[in-house]
Amino acid sequence: MKLLVCISKTPETTTKIALNEDGTAFKTEGVQYIMNPYDEWYALVRALELKEAVGGSVTAVNVGSAGNDTIIRKALAIGADDAVRINAEPHSSLYIAKQIAEFAKSENFDIIFFGKEAIDYNGSEVGAMVAEFLDMPFISYANKLEVEGNTAKVAREIEGGVEVAEVQTPFALSAAKGLAEQRIPNMRGIMMAKRKPLKVVEAVDFEDQAKAVAYELPPPKSAVKLIDPDNMEELVRLLHEEAKVI
Amino acid sequence: MMADNNGVDIKIEKRAKEDRFQAHDYYNIDELLSEDHLLARDAVRTWVKQEVSPIIESYAEQAKCPMHLYKGLAEIGAYGPSLPVEYGGGGMDEMAYGVIMQELERGDSGIRSMASVQGSLVMYPIFKFGSEEQKKKYLPKLGSGEFIGCFGLTEPDHGSNPGGMVTNIKDDGDAYILNGAKMWITNSPVADIAVVWAKDEEGKIRGMIVEKDMPGFSAPEIHGKWSLRASITGELVFEDVRVPKANVFPNVKGLKGPLSCLSKARYGIAWGAIGAAMDCYDSALRYSLEREQFGKPIGQFQLTQKKLAEMITEITKAQLLVWRLGSLANQGKATPAQISMAKRNNVNMALEIAREARQIHGGMGITNEYPVMRHMMNLETVLTYEGTHDIHLLITGMDVTGLNAFK
Repeated sequence: MKLLVCISKTPETTTKIALNEDGTAFKTEGVQYIMNPYDEWYALVRALELKEAVGGSVTAVNVGSAGNDTIIRKALAIGADDAVRINAEPHSSLYIAKQIAEFAKSENFDIIFFGKEAIDYNGSEVGAMVAEFLDMPFISYANKLEVEGNTAKVAREIEGGVEVAEVQTPFALSAAKGLAEQRIPNMRGIMMAKRKPLKVVEAVDFEDQAKAVAYELPPPKSAVKLIDPDNMEELVRLLHEEAKVI
Repeated sequence: MMADNNGVDIKIEKRAKEDRFQAHDYYNIDELLSEDHLLARDAVRTWVKQEVSPIIESYAEQAKCPMHLYKGLAEIGAYGPSLPVEYGGGGMDEMAYGVIMQELERGDSGIRSMASVQGSLVMYPIFKFGSEEQKKKYLPKLGSGEFIGCFGLTEPDHGSNPGGMVTNIKDDGDAYILNGAKMWITNSPVADIAVVWAKDEEGKIRGMIVEKDMPGFSAPEIHGKWSLRASITGELVFEDVRVPKANVFPNVKGLKGPLSCLSKARYGIAWGAIGAAMDCYDSALRYSLEREQFGKPIGQFQLTQKKLAEMITEITKAQLLVWRLGSLANQGKATPAQISMAKRNNVNMALEIAREARQIHGGMGITNEYPVMRHMMNLETVLTYEGTHDIHLLITGMDVTGLNAFK
């Protein structure tokens, strides 16, 4: 099977989020980056398991600048066979989706894997957009994938239960927790990754239809107020007048 | 509480959520590292968070060795990462070896010791001094963790003075007869093979591979350690052990054999100590921001800030020291004396940071809710093993004066 895994770069999970002065962008200074965990732990690993079971290849693709190469190299160290970086600043979901679709359209991938969302902007959009560009089915939030021949059964968690879909390749899915178990690259994998191909291709021109104009941080958490257990009236007053929850 | 395969009660719920470690890189030293160094560092950091942090306090408290981690260390590639791939290593450079040791010791000095011994003191001498047959026979199995190895140099009466060793071999046709005893040997009670150094009939030090089932060989465990409690330590006792001549290293005679292995291991320790120091600093910094006294976080008090500021200063200096040492090692130019300086400085730095961090944690610092006291106790061993703090000073002294103050 020819498998594609789309990986994105996100800030490390403990990053303290700050905005630039006019609130139009995330401040990137001093931020450590990682591969988006849903892409790495679930999408990539399930693709590798599938390849190990039925043969084929796993390609990792990323839209970004040269600074993303470390993250791409990690995907290779975990086990992807080759990688492609589409050389562009990834400024919107639609833009990213267009770039991936342009790359993938002539490659005949059987399954295209995404993480269910990137943990920075939480869009959950790119997978569906790519599938739409390529006119293939898309299944979101997959936590189980079984493939037999050209038919796949994909389970996804829904409110209060599980939905199982049957789909023919080629198709795209977004991976949720449970689809696979995280793999840590070992030293040999890291060294082998250095010799695996990482191809850089130029982006196609594409106009965004919308752009983010402002970001706001949530209001800072206020300090905890401790109220004497004997003073229920004060508690009720605060809940009513300040917290406005009763 | 639940017991795992090694019979150790694990407080999983309690510990698993508590590894909130964040690395500190005050001088952006990451920019000096290559992509594979960063990948190796992050892989081992993740492995430690998943495999070591949740269990280490329980194992250390109960003085049990987490035996399953020998295999885990092999899987991640922590044994001999700078040895060639065809001999069971990882084909990486010395800087990568350093960052791996740093991350392992961030978890625990005992876990780092398991890997240091296997890689630098067992695989390295077999690779460097062994015959092709010895390399083929042992290295892949050591690299994969199928075999555990140990290293016998120190004796009950010969620690800082290994050249005075009394363990000896006598020629007996196709074998040597080995007699003597070794002390303070990491891994020895569980080891499949021991790299042993002994004097031949001419008084020359020779190295050899002793297998655990050779008659006359035993490796009793040393109990009662208040340090490296999660790492197993023992003796090696040889009573007329017949060691085939094919097991003796053909390519080395004299003290330079074992000392070159120690240089490798000490190099890793110089990196490793930074890991322990970082963990203590990281815990102290977080605690100082969360713990309030007199209505404000204790991190707002000048005396706490002095401790924290000095800690991060010392860690940063130590990082620069090993980065330069690693660059020299990659070119094959790091001298034993340069390695001594880094081992001595960095281990002492880590121990002092552990003590200061313990103070910042107040009473909580003496409990296993925080990693600090465990690191502090471990570092007392690290200060002494692989060349004591004082001996390394004398090595620097001898190097700069040309005068030997050992004897």
